[in-house]
Amino acid sequence: MPFWLELIVSVFLLVGGVFLLVGSIGLARLPDIYTRLHAPTKATTLGLAGLLIASMLLFSWQNSTLSIHELLIALFLFITAPVSANMIAKTALHHRLPALERTQNQDLAAAARERLTPDAPKKKGKK
Amino acid sequence: MLDKVILIVSFMICVALFLNLWRLLIGPSVSDRILALDTLYINSIALILLYGIYSGGNLYFEAALLIAMLGFVSTSALCKYILRGDIIE
Amino acid sequence: MATPTGFKFFPMPIHSVLLFVVWLLMNNTLAAGHIFLALILSITIPWLLAGLQSAHPPIRKPWLAVRYSLMVIMDIVTANFEVALKVIGPMAKLQPGFIAVYLDISSDLGITLLASTVSLTPGTVSAEVSEDKKWLYIHALHLENEQALIDSIKQRYEKPLLEILGC
Repeated sequence: MPFWLELIVSVFLLVGGVFLLVGSIGLARLPDIYTRLHAPTKATTLGLAGLLIASMLLFSWQNSTLSIHELLIALFLFITAPVSANMIAKTALHHRLPALERTQNQDLAAAARERLTPDAPKKKGKK
Repeated sequence: MLDKVILIVSFMICVALFLNLWRLLIGPSVSDRILALDTLYINSIALILLYGIYSGGNLYFEAALLIAMLGFVSTSALCKYILRGDIIE
Repeated sequence: MATPTGFKFFPMPIHSVLLFVVWLLMNNTLAAGHIFLALILSITIPWLLAGLQSAHPPIRKPWLAVRYSLMVIMDIVTANFEVALKVIGPMAKLQPGFIAVYLDISSDLGITLLASTVSLTPGTVSAEVSEDKKWLYIHALHLENEQALIDSIKQRYEKPLLEILGC
């Protein structure tokens, strides 16, 4: 195997590993459930994508044919990660889990729980 | 060089798995535990893929794909059970 | 909505192409036998499942859709580095917050795509949609300027989706 390919594969593996670790550190470290949602769902997905790209490059070289079936796992994870994050956020809202005290706009969380529209005068997003 | 890198990355993933396990044990609410399980299965996919790269086998890909699908289905089933008290309505 | 196409044998053309590609990817081959098998599967499965299809708007501008997905992937990669720094950095500085975004997009597919994009781009997770499908509730990891975040979501992600889907 040429040195440059080994280098590229190693870089992708290391980046993937670092992102997986950062996602799990976030899961262990962040203060409340809503902030904890951010780290694992995104950083780990990107980390796994890094590992998959490395595996793709390596197997394509070893078998000297294009090996792209790892893309399937990456695609599947990119589709499912937001769905599971959304469902976990829903269960957290449903259980009335307390958000961090300095969280802004906590009244919106109460409105979201009942699936109401936010108070009428607050049309912030409207153009 | 690649062998050493694989060793380092698998060490990182093992640390990540232990952190997830910790959150799974202490996690104050059920949602935290589901989130920890969700992250746990993604990390285990990564470990299996890494072993596949190390040993050069193609079979590990199938296992990783299966875990990805089962993990998503079980996460959504658990969430649905908590939200509605039933999985299939 | 009626089925978007007049093809009798391909009731779901996009799904047929997707099934064909996924079958070949799963077997990681381009052998003639597998191509034949993929053709059979990608014709019969949509034919059997056509009755279950839910109505959704057709994709108006496929090239814009490709450009949109490339832009989202770039955003995911660049913004993940920022979030990684925030996760490692001091916790006391974090200013999490909820925001509500008014949705101009009205179709179910559009709302799903927008919510998924918001969840995948780091710093924001979509939490809930209001009952009348007019408001999207988002939790932000670090909320500094509420209006700026709402505007960037509307400008960057909702506008191209509106153009792609038409409603």
